[in-house]
Amino acid sequence: MSISEKHAKWRDGAYKKTIEKFPERKKEFKSSWGDTVEPVYVPGFEDPNYEAKLGFPGEYPFARGVQPTMYRGKFWTMRQYAGFGTAEESNKRYKFLLDQGQTGLSVAFDLPTQIGYDSDHSMSDGEVGKVGVAIDSLRDMETLFDGIPLGKVSTSMTINATASVLLSMYVAVAEKQGFKPDELDGTIQNDILKEYIARGTYRFPPKPSMRIITDIFDFCSKSVPKWNTISISGYHIREAGSNAVQEVAFTLADGLAYVDAAIKTGLPVDSFAPRLSFFFNAHNDLLEEVAKFRAARRLWAKLMKERFNAGPKSQMLRFHTQTAGCTLTAQQPDNNIVRVAIQTLAAVLGGTQSLHTNSRDEALALPTEESVRIALRTQQIVAYESGVADTVDPLAGSYYVEELTDRIEAKAAAYIKRIDELGGMVSAIEKGYPQQEIQDAAYRYQKEIESTERIVVGTNKFQIKEQPPKNLLRVDRSIQVAQIKKIHAIKSERDNDLVKRRLAEVKKAAGGTDNLMPKILDAVKAYATLGEIVGEMVGVYGEHKESVVL
Amino acid sequence: MSEKKIRILIAKPGLDGHDRGAKFVARALRDAGMEVIYTGLRQTPESIANAAVQEDVDAVGLSILSGAHNTLLPKVVELLKAKGAGDILVFGGGVIPEDDIPGLKEQGIAAVFTPGTPSDQFIKFIKENIRK
Repeated sequence: MSISEKHAKWRDGAYKKTIEKFPERKKEFKSSWGDTVEPVYVPGFEDPNYEAKLGFPGEYPFARGVQPTMYRGKFWTMRQYAGFGTAEESNKRYKFLLDQGQTGLSVAFDLPTQIGYDSDHSMSDGEVGKVGVAIDSLRDMETLFDGIPLGKVSTSMTINATASVLLSMYVAVAEKQGFKPDELDGTIQNDILKEYIARGTYRFPPKPSMRIITDIFDFCSKSVPKWNTISISGYHIREAGSNAVQEVAFTLADGLAYVDAAIKTGLPVDSFAPRLSFFFNAHNDLLEEVAKFRAARRLWAKLMKERFNAGPKSQMLRFHTQTAGCTLTAQQPDNNIVRVAIQTLAAVLGGTQSLHTNSRDEALALPTEESVRIALRTQQIVAYESGVADTVDPLAGSYYVEELTDRIEAKAAAYIKRIDELGGMVSAIEKGYPQQEIQDAAYRYQKEIESTERIVVGTNKFQIKEQPPKNLLRVDRSIQVAQIKKIHAIKSERDNDLVKRRLAEVKKAAGGTDNLMPKILDAVKAYATLGEIVGEMVGVYGEHKESVVL
Repeated sequence: MSEKKIRILIAKPGLDGHDRGAKFVARALRDAGMEVIYTGLRQTPESIANAAVQEDVDAVGLSILSGAHNTLLPKVVELLKAKGAGDILVFGGGVIPEDDIPGLKEQGIAAVFTPGTPSDQFIKFIKENIRK
């Protein structure tokens, strides 16, 4: 069959079936002079490698995208990561964002919440409410989502070491609002391996952490089936200074480790793998980034098919993207708007499923409302005005982009082979291998900036004399005091005997083999605090100590 | 007579995991001929002060991006003073708003280096300002 015959077959088959079920945004997509814009373009000559390398959107190897219509059907989810201070303040910011046309929520938690300390713990001093919202008990979570119907929005939560507890709180709040767990749609990051490599909010050692994660996979596959149980993250690996190849390689290697662990506990691959999602960085090099996303999709599809004999839904790499925080400059911060626009294009041309755009002032502090609005508008301009969303995978067939895609895939595959030789990702991390690779790349990158071999506009070239920036968002220390008061109140109001019994159940499950999730959910419902629940788990598992690599 | 090597402790106080900057500074100082000890993540002000005294360092560099700088940085200075090691040079770096810098300096943080600072700048600062 010729390519044009295959193209026609795809149009009359998969494509037609999709638009019958999910009509496209417009009846017809048109160029400025009135010609029809096709859903997808293919080579006008016979290319014997076309199908194996690129194929059609929604089909193996998914290089061109995971759905047949992509953004002709609906735009990516515009999802701004937000949260700071108290649950009341963050609740207000979420309602503001939903009012501005944002289509999904993304919750930022403060560091004590991410690591499992209550706000009154000595380790939390100075950190409460700073980089995200402080959550100590179910009561805070009820406030956080007050007036937001959890069965109707999709919510992404950046939570890893303590994901089991925060997901339980989310389920419990939803139930109180009258929604059943199987109606809930969202994502927990839950990717502990990259915490050891790059992000740092680990609590337990790797082995028990992997067990908690597979418990979550199992629990969600039965009770919260629409939930994305993990967001395997390259974002932070890139932020830590890796290059594009390392970002793909280490992320997919983490993914393979989770799949291996789940299969070892007896879960069939297609019962959990379709709920795995990914999270990548959109950096400055536009075409390299587009190629990176396409390469990651193709490589994951091959790995899942070849290693695990997984079905099509498990082969699909669906991902969230965030523009690269590390590219933002403190100097001439308005220039960051332009950087973010280019990175947005990279993510969209690369076929992302959802996107967070950074605000111009994030190299200085948490973003103000005005900055967040510009960041969201950037996505809306790319979506509604640029035209890049009107045909699927528009850069396919570019000699340069295809060459980059092939190279990134091949180099990432070579890294994965090396990690296999080291005994898989868990053992590679224990040996410090990905950490060292990332650090060497980060050091080189920074040296290039210092030697002006790499230009950062406004920072090492085209500098101006600037006034210190004004109107930065600040989080007051009074929040810590207020949060501590709330903990004391909850501890005096709740049934403390019930809490004790439920915490004992958590401890027992942590030491045994029963799934932890139902026990944590029960403890949460009795208003046990995050710190109390995590404390029980620490008692059984111990804490992870970083092995410093320099 | 060979000059004694400058000894520096680079530390991450508080809970934030952003160590790209701290590690870069540590390596840049090492490349500049200094002896560098890097603590790793999640250090309390107490553990940092103890390490500084035990290792007999000339300077302590504190890297923080979580916003907890006003609480944690002055605490390290206080604890060093309490241990009779008030002559150790303490400097900071990370995402720290310009408005907070004067207050930190008043509390004994000798300098704060924000994103984009070239390494020769902080290397020079350390060489000129450590105890002689």
